[in-house]
Amino acid sequence: MKPERTPPPSDAALAELAAAGVRVLISSEPDIMAASRQARLLAERLGFSRSAAYHVATATSELANNLLTHAGGGRLSANLLDERFGSGRLGLELLAEDEGPGIADPALALTEGYSTGRGLGCGLPGVKRLMDDFSLEPRPGGGTRVWAVKWR
Amino acid sequence: MRIPILRLERILLVSIQVDLTDNDAMQFQSDLVERVAEIEALGVAIDITALDVVDSYMARVINDTANMVRLLGAEVVICGIQPFVALTLIEMGRGLLGADCAFNLSQALEMLKRRIAERGDTRFIGDEDV
Repeated sequence: MKPERTPPPSDAALAELAAAGVRVLISSEPDIMAASRQARLLAERLGFSRSAAYHVATATSELANNLLTHAGGGRLSANLLDERFGSGRLGLELLAEDEGPGIADPALALTEGYSTGRGLGCGLPGVKRLMDDFSLEPRPGGGTRVWAVKWR
Repeated sequence: MRIPILRLERILLVSIQVDLTDNDAMQFQSDLVERVAEIEALGVAIDITALDVVDSYMARVINDTANMVRLLGAEVVICGIQPFVALTLIEMGRGLLGADCAFNLSQALEMLKRRIAERGDTRFIGDEDV
């Protein structure tokens, strides 16, 4: 028996979700859990499969952890990406921004097993795997911006 | 948040129910190694049934804890990993958890007892030498 695919939310529900989004300021460890939980709720409301919702939650947790460990805090947001009139897809976008020192060597930071923090060295490469699209770039005013999308 | 450590003869049981902060994790690890050494525990079961998101930080805390306990000379089994946690951990690119795993606490206890017996440790039988 195959589970039925959840139908996409109605237009009205999507409009509401687009306005809502998730915005969490990460300044202490409990904020990480809050961000992860809220991102998962958003994914579930967008009709993502359970496994995709857990991927989003875990990726959020990794990104929030990075903000706190490497930049002393930052902003994490999760938003609906509505491309129904373009590519026809619905997505969930994660954005992690900080004003920290920046990443000296982005390629190295994305290398499996490389860690300067407190994880296993699979945080950023892990996020890249868990999500469908990913980019990491310096912010114009200083700091780092990580963007990742999971498509439904 | 302090994690209670329960004792069942020479086996210790711990259940991690929330994400741990750095301080919580250090407190938990030092409580546990102290207790393992104090009673010369033969085995430790770490239950993570209640964790539904395990990121690389929590995975490292669990891994490190298991390794610390092993260094002291006790057996470790991790139990109760949720299906979606397993799926996500592997997807992230690693079998993050290096220790042996069981479905639930009762299987974990069976595994521990079997391993302790294999090691030729007969101390588990009752409390007579405590």
